[in-house]
Amino acid sequence: MTRALWSHLVKDLRIEWRSLDAIISMLFFSGLVVVLFSIAFDPRGAFSQQIAGGVLCVATMFASVSALNQAWAREIRHQVMDAQRMVPSPGAELLLAKVIVNFFFVTIVQIALAPFFVVFYNLRIVGQAWLLLLVLPLGTWALVSNGVFFAALSMSSRNRELLLSLILFPIFIPALLAMVQATTSIFTGDSDPTLWIKMLFGYDIIFTTVSLLLFDVVFHAE
Amino acid sequence: MKKIAIGLYVIVTVVLLAWGYYQAIYVAPNDAMQGEIARIIYYHVPHASLSFIFFGVSLVGSIGFLTLRRSHPDRAQSYDAWALAGAEIGVVFCTIALITGPIWARRAWGIWWTWDARLTTTLVLWLIYVSYLLLRRFSAGPQMQTLAAVLGIFGALDVPIVYMSNRWWRTQHPAPVFGGGEGSGMATSMLYPFLWNMLAWFAWGVLILGIRFYVERHHQKIAAAEAKAALEA
Repeated sequence: MTRALWSHLVKDLRIEWRSLDAIISMLFFSGLVVVLFSIAFDPRGAFSQQIAGGVLCVATMFASVSALNQAWAREIRHQVMDAQRMVPSPGAELLLAKVIVNFFFVTIVQIALAPFFVVFYNLRIVGQAWLLLLVLPLGTWALVSNGVFFAALSMSSRNRELLLSLILFPIFIPALLAMVQATTSIFTGDSDPTLWIKMLFGYDIIFTTVSLLLFDVVFHAE
Repeated sequence: MKKIAIGLYVIVTVVLLAWGYYQAIYVAPNDAMQGEIARIIYYHVPHASLSFIFFGVSLVGSIGFLTLRRSHPDRAQSYDAWALAGAEIGVVFCTIALITGPIWARRAWGIWWTWDARLTTTLVLWLIYVSYLLLRRFSAGPQMQTLAAVLGIFGALDVPIVYMSNRWWRTQHPAPVFGGGEGSGMATSMLYPFLWNMLAWFAWGVLILGIRFYVERHHQKIAAAEAKAALEA
């Protein structure tokens, strides 16, 4: 790990530690989504097992957008972005640091959300529960690596908060499908999630590589 | 000379469209299984397949803009105009395919929509390119062109993944009519009307693509002239 990556990481973690803005807003928002879905669909019995995976993924997705919007917005003040552009280290390191930090935040939110989820949906995991330790991080990585990239891309536009969701969600659809199918098959134990895990893995590799390659173009666009 | 050629092309396109309509509605026989409703294939399939060509134009434009934007700024601008024109015409064709599809499906399958591989891929493709057009609308200046080109590449990258993921999920769309192995292919009485319509809509698509490209180039030139005038004032 290079020094630039490390210092970006530490800086972002320290900023978040001092305010806890992103984590608190994500936690509350994802909790709200879970409650709203339970009220809208009244989950009971086998039905709750079937929709739980989808609700978990969609709640994570909506919640993470609030954090992703702040990922770059907090760098605008005091011309930090311009300073970052002048730094001689490659932009890919900055992107990777932001992705790792936000991945860490979303994972914390998922862990905190898990008990509420089990309670509200009377969840009983029938399949192999340990596979969730593979599916959720892979899906979260897909979301966050694309999200941080597109947040940087929509930074310069007029209504950037809105634009991020508008361009992130369509691109994220295949990963969301794989994530939902895998978690649902783990919750219900009906089918084998291996294919979907492989797909998530492939999606992560392709999109992370492309974002790292194209980030300098986006970051230095003028 | 150029004007005459364009005028001639417009006339040929209009004649082709009229001929295609005549072929589809009056010449082609009813489908043995589906009856009249099968005639929608003469509109649905050309629009669906041609939209992919126009999205391809958009992708080439995006890549061209990104590679040439520093070395040949003027050629890069023209690539950007192709990218925009391709995306817009592609969205229009894709919209028509997405509207005619459910009309046919309601009669043939009894349902308007199903989340099968090709339907979902087309819908996601449509969503991606609409978001591409929104990005172009929300941002401004040369920066926007670079960002849009990057998004265009991301979107194109997503399409094969969406297609594969949905094939694993479920599939209901009719198997490919052409080159699909045993029992595929069309009777000649239907094939000719189909090909005429394919050609007519292709000519029409190329015509509006050209017009859109021309208008966008004009916009770019006016914007450049205005920027220059503002600098000199």
